[in-house]
Amino acid sequence: MTMNTQGRPTTPSIVANGSGSDSVSGSKGLSQREDLIFEIGTPDTTGVDLPAPKGCKDRLGGVARKDATGLPGLSEPETVRHYVRLSQKNYAIDLGVFSLGSCTMKHNPRLNEKLARLPGFADVHPLQPQYEIQGALELIDQLATWLKTLTGMPAVAMSPKAGAHGELCGMLAIRQALIARGEAGTRKRVLVPASAHGTNPATAIQCGFEVDEIKANERGRVDMEDFRAKLEDTSDIAGIMLTNPNTCGLFETDIREIADLIHEAGGYFYCDGANFNAIVGRVRPGDLGIDAMHINLHKTFSTPHGGGGPGSGPTVLSEALAPFAPVPFIVRGEDGYRLVEDMEGEASDSFGRMCAFHGQMGMFVRALTYMLSHGADGLKQVAEDAVLNANYVQARLKDTMTPAFDGYCMHEALFSDEFTADGIETIDIAKALIDEGYHPMTMYFPLVVHGAMLIEPTETESKAELDRFCESVIAVANRAAAGEDSLKGAPYHAPMRRLDETQAARKPRLKWTPPSPEAIAAE
Amino acid sequence: MRYLPLTAEDRKAMLARIGAASIDDFYTDVPEQARLDGPIHDLPMYQGELAVERHVAGLAAKNRTASEGPFFVGCGAYKHHVPATVDHIIQRSEFLTTYTPYQPEIAQGTLQTLFEFQTQVAALTAMDVANASMYDGSTACAEAALMACRATRRKKVVLSGGLHPHYAAATRTLCEAQGIEIVQLPAAVDGELELVKSVDEETACIIGQSPNVFGTITDMTPVAEAAHAEKALFVSVFTEAISLGLVTPPGEMGADIAVGEGQSIGNPLTFGGPYVGLFACTQKLVRQMPGRLCGETEDADGKRGFVLTLSTREQHIRRDKATSNICTNAGLCALAFTAHMTLLGDKGLSQLAALNHEAACDLANALEAIDGVELLTPRFFNEFAFRTSMNAEAVLAMLDEKGVVGGVRASRLMPGDRFDDVIICAATECTTTEDIDAYADALKEIV
Amino acid sequence: MTMKFTEDHEWIRVDGDVATVGITKYAAEQLGDVVFVEVPEVGASFSKGDDMAVVESVKAASDVYAPVGGEVTEGNAALADAPETVNEDPEGAGWFAKLKLSDKSELDGLMDADAYAKFCEG
Repeated sequence: MTMNTQGRPTTPSIVANGSGSDSVSGSKGLSQREDLIFEIGTPDTTGVDLPAPKGCKDRLGGVARKDATGLPGLSEPETVRHYVRLSQKNYAIDLGVFSLGSCTMKHNPRLNEKLARLPGFADVHPLQPQYEIQGALELIDQLATWLKTLTGMPAVAMSPKAGAHGELCGMLAIRQALIARGEAGTRKRVLVPASAHGTNPATAIQCGFEVDEIKANERGRVDMEDFRAKLEDTSDIAGIMLTNPNTCGLFETDIREIADLIHEAGGYFYCDGANFNAIVGRVRPGDLGIDAMHINLHKTFSTPHGGGGPGSGPTVLSEALAPFAPVPFIVRGEDGYRLVEDMEGEASDSFGRMCAFHGQMGMFVRALTYMLSHGADGLKQVAEDAVLNANYVQARLKDTMTPAFDGYCMHEALFSDEFTADGIETIDIAKALIDEGYHPMTMYFPLVVHGAMLIEPTETESKAELDRFCESVIAVANRAAAGEDSLKGAPYHAPMRRLDETQAARKPRLKWTPPSPEAIAAE
Repeated sequence: MRYLPLTAEDRKAMLARIGAASIDDFYTDVPEQARLDGPIHDLPMYQGELAVERHVAGLAAKNRTASEGPFFVGCGAYKHHVPATVDHIIQRSEFLTTYTPYQPEIAQGTLQTLFEFQTQVAALTAMDVANASMYDGSTACAEAALMACRATRRKKVVLSGGLHPHYAAATRTLCEAQGIEIVQLPAAVDGELELVKSVDEETACIIGQSPNVFGTITDMTPVAEAAHAEKALFVSVFTEAISLGLVTPPGEMGADIAVGEGQSIGNPLTFGGPYVGLFACTQKLVRQMPGRLCGETEDADGKRGFVLTLSTREQHIRRDKATSNICTNAGLCALAFTAHMTLLGDKGLSQLAALNHEAACDLANALEAIDGVELLTPRFFNEFAFRTSMNAEAVLAMLDEKGVVGGVRASRLMPGDRFDDVIICAATECTTTEDIDAYADALKEIV
Repeated sequence: MTMKFTEDHEWIRVDGDVATVGITKYAAEQLGDVVFVEVPEVGASFSKGDDMAVVESVKAASDVYAPVGGEVTEGNAALADAPETVNEDPEGAGWFAKLKLSDKSELDGLMDADAYAKFCEG
């Protein structure tokens, strides 16, 4: 035989006490330790190659920076590694089910990213002459047409930069309409359900209104008796802010009546469109009697959440509110598209400007791409699959967990913590799900349900993926019902154990500071 | 439909498991007259990637890009080079497709970058603390005005004549809704120090900008001193973040709040958004700050980690008593900013700032040499205003015919006839000697 | 010196014209770990029931109401650096402010310790 002695054992050997020890590096296999840039970089390092300045006479007139920033730089490979290592400490939709209720964490198609980066969009300036950027204006106009058609509303303001900014837009339009009626001084009261997202009351206050909270009924909808009682005196009613489908994941059954009553009272109907994804293509909010609604392009139309923004919140407006829309807006004329930027002529009733420039163009390109991909038929299927997936999850979990309300849900399933043993909290369940490899559901929201757990699977999860997810949730819920103490220590398998938020808030450290000489000496 | 994994069999099996006859069962709460019976009319049906790409690319092709030829447009958004690495980093799945870091144990990537971002912004502005970003510079400016009113319990805000008119308008919109009085000083190329005379015991803050919308840079120390003498705050605004590498930063001028646009670092022009608002202030004011804040802490094993903190300022807890209704930051744009800043470092930033300034000096020298061109901006970083004897819109149109996008007519931002003949133009590291020659040659023929 | 209590879980201890005000042990337990306290400024005047101070835990913010009307003679500055004192000794070192009473009769409507204990049991 020819004897090749290079062979090595390839069967894993069994080692007693083989858990391994903590590493010297602080890394664990694929999980790499990564310090702050301030600890690894220096101010003299740079990862860009720029030509040397010529050193000509400056025109600063002495208004020059005294102290250097001292900010560290890293070479390009170090930079790439820094961020790639950090990225691996993040959960993401591309990794698994992201069941965060009311946040709509659905798949983000890469085609949207590709097209948003076309130089014709990414490399155009908001203040270029308008004849040079007709394609950009046309794209915004096309998106606006989709939004108006899908909502059944006559107008849309495109500049709001996020959902909360859209709320502000709608409420400022209502304020302006009341000013035009000469009633802004008296009509101050805005009705807001107790289940509302915190941005609703915050927005109303930011627009100078007063908030009057409406109760929820035992079915998780607006308590109509309480609502009617609030309308006994209509003289100070400015309007209502209502999320539909609401934050309990339920369609507001009495929404038409609510719209009629608020209009009869002389008020306006602001609908929070955060959950439009449950009804897009199946129901047009315009048919429900609303006056304004923001649309989170980053939820319903799948522009990426990016770790907390940027969002985009175009706001559709009724005939009654349309004249008060913010500048700028786009008008289609005989020789192309035109931006109306000043509050004169057709914009003389506008409530003003919300931000510099024209809104989140990058998000507009992604959203239109998503809409064109799905089409009217696909978007309807999006809503139906989202609702089907949520109801499937609810059906599978309802025997183990406590559904907050009876009946079917829309796009998200809501549970209370009633099934848990004493001492186990919603947060323990959430952290244990991290160990199962999932991003937890939304916790403690909406406030109207004790220990709330809000699960939104979205339409981009397969049945097989949902089955695996539900098995994990059921297992964790059973442990919670049994009062298993180990839940309190979860997560055990994440990059970090539970973090001390009390310490962070008591002694806020909001930026890196160099270690003191004593601390260095002590090392 | 390529984005929807459920099959017809799946749907059937799931409905059976739920005990529903059809999908319509879930929509019975919808009032009957609002139920649609089929796909919405007047919209196209679904399409494959290729068809969609053709349609959208067709729209993109109708736009003149900033890289197609000599380009000098600024006024709040600037054409800079973004290193390829930056775009690679922000397209990492784990950054792109994640949410606000509500579960810190599985979001340390986002949180650590935010902590680094906050530290970088504080250092750049020479302020004590910075938040995790705002929508953009203009909304940051508006929020700064509201914050000053909260902190001082006063209701008057004074805006300089050099504040970007869009920033002034956004601030006015938000303030007026809350009954805050806005005092707007008349537009002026070099008028920031006029603010000194406009503060009284009712003033919550005075807002000035350097470099201002005409490009003028100003040492605002006297403005800060005048504000502080009346127990008012000084809000210092900038729209060109790269200027901070060379020009006196807000913290060196005594600013209480510094706000500005961070687009120039890491973010493309994208027709005005998404951008990233920078927001910094003194330690004393930190609990009045709007927006998200990331802070350092430890986990159960004593390992350093980061969390969102001081959340009690925010709407999801405070509801109607929140400092602002803001619910997001500009996460991914902030990541682009911090990644680009990390590549630059202090050395790269100083160099980049110097190159910008030199390009603008070269441009100013070339244009100033032309008969009939009057340079208006006395001190500048990478942007300045000039006047000719002709209508600015006409001049820009003629420049355009020669392939030069020459800047912004001042009257677009400041309607009325005072600035009819004024053009504001910017140069950056992207501006070449050929671009400058083309501009000067073309302008010489026109005026 | 006896302590009196409100239905909003403030306590008040009167010594002559001056009363010390804080939040009850029960309230401190319900709030969780206190991370920040904003005490009123000296010289500020409140009517009974006005927002007087703010107490925050990580996930909640609560307003503290003036149990009676009066003018602030001292705020507990130590809480700025050590908000945890509110958890550790809510009815002692964790006091919020001292008030000069404007109307002593306002004390009459408040609960004594026994009544408050029963109130908390609900």
